[in-house]
Amino acid sequence: MDKIPILRMGSFLLVTIQVDLYDRLALNLEADLVQMVQKTNARGVLIDISAVSIVDSFMGRIIGNIASMSKILDAETVVVGMQPAVAITLIELGLPLKGVHTALNMEKGMDLLKSMIDTPEEEANDQPLDDFVAE
Amino acid sequence: MILSLSKDTIKISQEQDVVFLKNRVKETAVKIKMGLVNQTRIITAASELVRNMMRYANGGNCVIEVVSSGRVNGVRLTFTDKGPGIPDIAAAMRDGFSTGRSLGLGLPGTKRLVNEFDIKSKVGEGTTVTIVKWANG
Repeated sequence: MDKIPILRMGSFLLVTIQVDLYDRLALNLEADLVQMVQKTNARGVLIDISAVSIVDSFMGRIIGNIASMSKILDAETVVVGMQPAVAITLIELGLPLKGVHTALNMEKGMDLLKSMIDTPEEEANDQPLDDFVAE
Repeated sequence: MILSLSKDTIKISQEQDVVFLKNRVKETAVKIKMGLVNQTRIITAASELVRNMMRYANGGNCVIEVVSSGRVNGVRLTFTDKGPGIPDIAAAMRDGFSTGRSLGLGLPGTKRLVNEFDIKSKVGEGTTVTIVKWANG
């Protein structure tokens, strides 16, 4: 059984989908990811779909679900690297992926996530620095 | 007048067959030099229709054909199942209508992705959906 790896990076979860998704795989990813958000207290989820050539209405719905589920667990989802042809078919299908944040690439997605979430670690790190500057 | 240049039948009975079907559709589309966006459209359309076939009829057959209208070539896919049939095709073709728990975008969305779309269904006998995507359409 294939499994899509979920990597943890600080308070973010990173998912790179390198295979063409089929239904079972997508459903497993949805379940695993939501579990991981809870287990790791993740504040953000970054999904890279640059290697995915087909997103149909089912996959689109799963992506939307992941975003909404993460949202109510207090984590933001950003989908990055969508191929232009996939964007065209999604809109023509009638699936505008409302409520899912997107970014052109990994780097921009990371910046977007960071801007949406002020991570506690950063705040903690910032604190002494501010004090130091104040002195 | 549409001529069929090659014909290939694939039996769909389990999820792995879906992956195989998508690959064959892609090969066929590449063979007639279809552009990337149109390839993506026809493979996505095939994916929608084959999912319907799996979900509502437990599988069926798909015929992949290279067709020619004289000036231009295209891919024609015919999905045939012996499922329960669709009682109200007009409703099934409406955005947001679903008897399952889906978004109800499968059939109307598919129609928007292809150049020709035809659906025939008899309750209790099954459903046949035929789609055509022209290489430059």
